[in-house]
Amino acid sequence: MAIYLTQESKVLVQGMTGAEGMKHTRRMLAAGTDVVGGVNPRKAGRTVDFDDRAVPVFGSVREGIERTGADVTVVFVPPAFARAAVVEAADAGIGLAVVITEGIPVHDSVALTAHARTRGTRVIGPNCPGLITPGQSNAGIIPPDITKPGRVGLVSKSGTLTYQLMYELRDIGFSTCVGIGGDPVVGTSHIDCLTAFEEDPDTELIVLIGEIGGDAEERAAAHVRAHVTKPVVAYIAGFTAPEGRTMGHAGAIVSGSSGTARAKKEALEAAGVRVGSTPTETARHVLAVLDGAVGDGVVRGEAVREGAVRDGVVRDEAVRDGARA
Amino acid sequence: MDLYEHQARELFKEHGIVVPRAEVTDSPQRAREIARALGGRAVVKAQVKTGGRGKAGGVRLAADPAEAEEAARHILGMDIKGHTVGTVMLAEPCDIEREFYVSYVLDRASGGFLAIASAEGGTEIEEVAARRPEAVARIPVDPATGVHTATAVRIADAAGLPPQTVDTLVRLWKVLVREDALLVEVNPLVRTVEGRIVALDGKVTLDDNALFRQSRWGEERPTSDNPLEARAGAKGLNYVKLDGEVGVIGNGAGLVMSTLDVVAGCGARPANFLDIGGGASARVMADGLSVVLSDPDVKSVLVNVFGGITACDAVADGIVRALDEVRPTKPLVVRLDGNNAARGRALLDARAHPLVEQATTMDGAASRAARLATAASTAGCTGHAG
Repeated sequence: MAIYLTQESKVLVQGMTGAEGMKHTRRMLAAGTDVVGGVNPRKAGRTVDFDDRAVPVFGSVREGIERTGADVTVVFVPPAFARAAVVEAADAGIGLAVVITEGIPVHDSVALTAHARTRGTRVIGPNCPGLITPGQSNAGIIPPDITKPGRVGLVSKSGTLTYQLMYELRDIGFSTCVGIGGDPVVGTSHIDCLTAFEEDPDTELIVLIGEIGGDAEERAAAHVRAHVTKPVVAYIAGFTAPEGRTMGHAGAIVSGSSGTARAKKEALEAAGVRVGSTPTETARHVLAVLDGAVGDGVVRGEAVREGAVRDGVVRDEAVRDGARA
Repeated sequence: MDLYEHQARELFKEHGIVVPRAEVTDSPQRAREIARALGGRAVVKAQVKTGGRGKAGGVRLAADPAEAEEAARHILGMDIKGHTVGTVMLAEPCDIEREFYVSYVLDRASGGFLAIASAEGGTEIEEVAARRPEAVARIPVDPATGVHTATAVRIADAAGLPPQTVDTLVRLWKVLVREDALLVEVNPLVRTVEGRIVALDGKVTLDDNALFRQSRWGEERPTSDNPLEARAGAKGLNYVKLDGEVGVIGNGAGLVMSTLDVVAGCGARPANFLDIGGGASARVMADGLSVVLSDPDVKSVLVNVFGGITACDAVADGIVRALDEVRPTKPLVVRLDGNNAARGRALLDARAHPLVEQATTMDGAASRAARLATAASTAGCTGHAG
């Protein structure tokens, strides 16, 4: 099991024949993803060779679904065409649309997510790295070789912080890692993923990564308090971000007193979620919880960190390796 | 991108919303002429992209052209919350009977837009919203249908606005959609003693992602008044100047924000945010490093890269190039992990630059860079900053 994406998933790629689409289709195939076709009306009927596999190009998502039984699409088309691509996929009845494209106008994101909802299509993204169920399937651009299958589920607004946590916990492994994206409007929320991980028998613990802007983390905290029985460990980025400045992601902005990292951390802690002060400490919290040291995990984490920083780099690595062993 | 009040006024006017007669200038003499053309009396308003102008003295009522010139001279060059006033708008005053508030704003929680309206508009709207939330109507707008007359009537009824405002509510929605705005706000929307509905002041925030299809703003793209930010922007770098001493470069917005926090947790302050993005080339890395190294506030530089799509050997290659091009005098701490990390580390080892050292973990690298910047030997990391 896993959430949203398994080895059974049959994946179409909209925008496969573009440079990014080609590069990442090759990577997805190498990671074991069952990529059954690309979609491009101007190149319909051709096939594209990726190493040992020839992937057909269909004229429409509907044709792709009819010919292959595809249930997932990964969208790499440019921002100006992303809305039409997702609307087409939803109208054709796709179950999951993973929108990698960065820079989609917000009005288009509002329209495409609203339309997908009416068709029962789940949208992940836009402006996200996609999702991976290690050992089974990879839909998007998350590097597949960082970690292995395991019992931790991860949901994150940030791509590289996802990779960093996957790396820190590479010997534990993950059920599914979902990058929901850092735009102000996204199709799948932290709460959606928390709900899915709570129901997933292969997920024992959930890692939630958030960042400044909006109140998605505060709402996730309320959801954890009311509905999640599995342990949740969180990390929030952006404590030092100045008010009113967009920090890379379009949605990462503190507006007045709202959207601060501190408010998010406090809301999560009030819901019983452990919040790490660095990615590394967050990984230690995960290890402590999985080792059964739930009762004194926080105190132990603090002690380890204090020791680790005293003499810097070498010790830090040693402590982390020790914790993992 | 936020618009100036006078730009918002132009948009409203184009979409048929009634606005006062007005003109913009950067000259007190010209302000006198504009006031004369408006009939003598004029409201002189500072054009700055921040709230609280009135309370800061940036809005004055002039009784005649001489007073308008005097007011413009006073307001031009004024500092309002860190914004220098470069232009003033002179508007025809109107006799207000009632003030309302109306806006459409992106609601991240629902992934759509909200109509917000109140019969108690004016400068105290935020207090009204905090003290008596029931006086402010908040109505979700269905993105598939938008705001037509029926929806506008519902919004006006919920907020207690007179039926005359319905037309403005419909037109304001058109501004939001046609201009790809994330926020359109009229405060106050007034009813004059003659019974006209007039948008006296407005705020519009446009979506930067949509500028490609909103060509009229092509030359309005915000350029920073900070020279380092302007230089980074010209190179296409995602850079924000901060006020500390550790230069920070990384890949991915989340990881860079996190790196700033870890540096702050180590007792130093980050000097900047710089995200080289996914799949960055050696050129991008070299450009980034050269911007950060040219910041006189920077005492040490931390490069923190987790290679997902980005290849660490390309990053290392960029660092080596920058070392030759910029000839830094400040120490660099580099942490490379992930895609091609071993090759990247080997490249830096081979270069063996005396100012470059490598660290194996993010926390260790931040601690080292902080120590180099603060000189204080006691720099140690203690959780969250701020």
